[in-house]
Amino acid sequence: MSESAAETPADVFTAKGPASQDKPTRFFRRLARKPLAIAATAWLVAVSAAAVLAPWLAPADPLAQDLLAVKQTPSQAHLLGTDAFGRDVLSRLVYGAWPTILGIAEAVLIACALGFVLGLAAGYFGRWLDRAITQLVDLLLALPGLVILLSILAVFNRDMTVAMVTLGIMGSAGIARVARSATLNVRNELYIDAARISGLGDAAIIVRHVVPRIIGPLIVQLSLFAATAVLAQTGISFLGLGVQPPAPTWGGMVYEASQTITDDPWLLAPSGGAIALTVLAFGLLGDSARDAAAEGWTRGTRRGRRPAPSPRPTPSPRPTPGPTPATAAASPTAVLSVRGLTIVADGDTGERVLVDGMDLDLEQGQTLGIVGESGSGKTLTSLAIMGLLPPGTRATAGTMVLEGARYNLARPETLRRLRGSTLGMIFQEPMAALDPCFTIEHHLLEVLRHHGKAPRSQAKARAIELLELVRIPDPKDVARRYPHQISGGMAQRVGIARSLAANPRVLLADEPTTALDVTVQAEILDLLRDLSEAESMAVILVTHDWGVVADSCDRALVLYHGETLESATVEQIFSAPQHPYTKALLRANPHNAAVGQPLPTIQDSLRELLDDHDKETVA
Amino acid sequence: MLKLILHRLALSVPLLFVVTFLTFLLNALSPGDLAQTILQGQGTPAQVAALRHQIGLDQPLIVQYAAWAGHALHGDLGSSAYTGEQVWDLVVGRMGVTLSIMVGVLIVCLLAGVSLGILSALKGGAIGRVIDVLSLGGLVFPSFWVALVFISFFAVTLQWFPATGYTPFADDPGMWLAGLVLPVLAAGLHSITSVAKQTRDSMSDVMGRDFIRALRATGLPTSTIVVKHALRNASLPLVTVLGLVMVAAITGTVFVEKVFVLPGLGSLAVDATQKFDIYVLQGVTLFFTVLTILINLIVDLSYGWLNPKVRVS
Repeated sequence: MSESAAETPADVFTAKGPASQDKPTRFFRRLARKPLAIAATAWLVAVSAAAVLAPWLAPADPLAQDLLAVKQTPSQAHLLGTDAFGRDVLSRLVYGAWPTILGIAEAVLIACALGFVLGLAAGYFGRWLDRAITQLVDLLLALPGLVILLSILAVFNRDMTVAMVTLGIMGSAGIARVARSATLNVRNELYIDAARISGLGDAAIIVRHVVPRIIGPLIVQLSLFAATAVLAQTGISFLGLGVQPPAPTWGGMVYEASQTITDDPWLLAPSGGAIALTVLAFGLLGDSARDAAAEGWTRGTRRGRRPAPSPRPTPSPRPTPGPTPATAAASPTAVLSVRGLTIVADGDTGERVLVDGMDLDLEQGQTLGIVGESGSGKTLTSLAIMGLLPPGTRATAGTMVLEGARYNLARPETLRRLRGSTLGMIFQEPMAALDPCFTIEHHLLEVLRHHGKAPRSQAKARAIELLELVRIPDPKDVARRYPHQISGGMAQRVGIARSLAANPRVLLADEPTTALDVTVQAEILDLLRDLSEAESMAVILVTHDWGVVADSCDRALVLYHGETLESATVEQIFSAPQHPYTKALLRANPHNAAVGQPLPTIQDSLRELLDDHDKETVA
Repeated sequence: MLKLILHRLALSVPLLFVVTFLTFLLNALSPGDLAQTILQGQGTPAQVAALRHQIGLDQPLIVQYAAWAGHALHGDLGSSAYTGEQVWDLVVGRMGVTLSIMVGVLIVCLLAGVSLGILSALKGGAIGRVIDVLSLGGLVFPSFWVALVFISFFAVTLQWFPATGYTPFADDPGMWLAGLVLPVLAAGLHSITSVAKQTRDSMSDVMGRDFIRALRATGLPTSTIVVKHALRNASLPLVTVLGLVMVAAITGTVFVEKVFVLPGLGSLAVDATQKFDIYVLQGVTLFFTVLTILINLIVDLSYGWLNPKVRVS
């Protein structure tokens, strides 16, 4: 059985279900803890009780006219006032609850029973039955609902019950969809196969395993459908097509209010309020049920997930005596210098420092590698230089000297005019960096035209030149394509071409080859190196790969949890690493691993090194 | 692309037959019948039988349906049992009112809904809360009730707009527009807020995607990024919601036409229902079914047009 139908929101909704079974009792217990669900249920119970007990609850006869007390506003005698015939509005409201509640019950029962059976059958038995039911459901969903109801009402002489049953049949389509996708999910679980092999029949499997799992989504869908049913039932009464006056109905009371709207607008409030509160109650119930069901899923997935690594898994490496780190003054020859860059994340417990007082210098035409583990802050550093830190993080300090001008990195808005023209950037996921709705040519053209103000024809020619520059074969053909029609390596070349469009002085490359195949990686790195030489452009290369550093970089900077541990030429780093962490990181390079031995990890290497280091210092 | 259009059309034709045949079937199942309705229960059995034969009610159902469908294909939808007017003429004559309201709802959704949604996605805060409150209101208060509150406040108290009635565009464009403001807002309140909410959600989603950051890195102005790139990408789910709200607006227009006493197809359908004027009701049902099919078709097509993955492959 293949699941090939288009993904609907309901599919997505139920697809999040955990492998473990969420018992309906647990779902209802969670639901019962939600105050809004309780309030909504209380209102619905109250309205239902009023509907049934109207003869005992209502203060007056709903049909008793009193022409001496017409159109009164609320008073002690008439808590909600009186209508144009002096009838007590509260009593009419209480009596009028019955047809609405009855109508909802009819529609919801039909929709639930029919939708449940259809969805279950389609999802569980599949094949031709699934196709037939899916067709039927699509058909029902495409019907113009109210117009169909009008036809039914005409034919069946304004019979409200027939109308609400019809509404239920039309509403069963939505229920069936939810039930079908939920059943499909359950059906594909291994334990269902196991149950079948152990001899459990279809009926038993459905009752024991399928039904409990789809209760949650079903309650959500039913609540929302009930809200629709309230609006439909009151709407039909409003149009005078259901229960006939003078019998009280909520919709009919709105109609009566409309007849005296100029001199007694108050009359709109009680009936409208009752309808709105009832719709609201069903809506809130649906929302709470959705939350309660979702909590079950997140709990299920959380149980299955590995424990999150603690923020500092290893003892913090101590700084080593040795060459002092970069000096405080900006390098006079550097094209780009950063001093004291500090990046923090705003969390519930206050600020957390992600990058701490970082300095870096980038010489003209050179490539600087920023190396570190995931989460060391290397990507954030490059984003901070661009002024593009993600929401929730910000630079609190840091100055940048770029081509002689000073910038405050804590004020990202001042960096905007540097982007594209002076600073270019390429990203880790080349495909995700392109807008799927526009062609490759368009991506290049809009940058060229924004920065260059060149006429269109000239910009087009330049776009092709750029694609040639990044060694794309058949650039004219590629220019016409959309991002989804090119490969990842090609997309990264396009990204590079775009970042070169306005001739930046510095290119920031954030793990530009991580997402690519090994062979493509080498090509992209070659390209970057050649471009850097040809255009005398300085490059910052963010990476976790020592091979990339050795091949492409002139200098390297080692980051650990936001702290700069070492900054030196590549030769120095590889031949005589100063910091124990650098040594550990180098030792964890998988390229040096011995065949047949487990891959070294940074944890092992670091522990070993620190032990050695301790021994040395003790000795 | 052409294949997509043909495929969709092929799917919608059966729907048309199902809906019209269903109304026919109901007609046959109904307790009363057209002959008795026309004679208003006064005729002798012989008279009823004669009339039944005259309008073909004694034929098998499938023959009757084939006859009706054959005529319908030539634009002949029968005539009203009461006034004798041609259903086709009735539908065409009243179409303008209903379509004016629906187009009005669409325009307000696109202008107010989309811009509120963008603002709330970018600025958040107060605008977002206003949208939430309005959309809750649009959800829980039925359109006929909202319409009455609008009349009470904007027409009776403030007297900004006419309370009821319709002025044809040809007579007085200004009055035509003024008369449409309240019906459009009442029929569209829920649609506008649905669109605003969808715009907000899709825009926040798109603004967080990688390519937006990559575009910002190229130095393009924020306005270009938001309007050209983010909105274009956000429009894909938005189109689906626009289709849904337009189908829902059919229901809305039936109610507001009744409340504002507008001579459109919605009020025609309600009157026909009350009087069991079956051919008129069938004609209106046919119109609204075709309209629903068209809306869904336009949604599918614009989805394909907006999404290069569908368009190019």
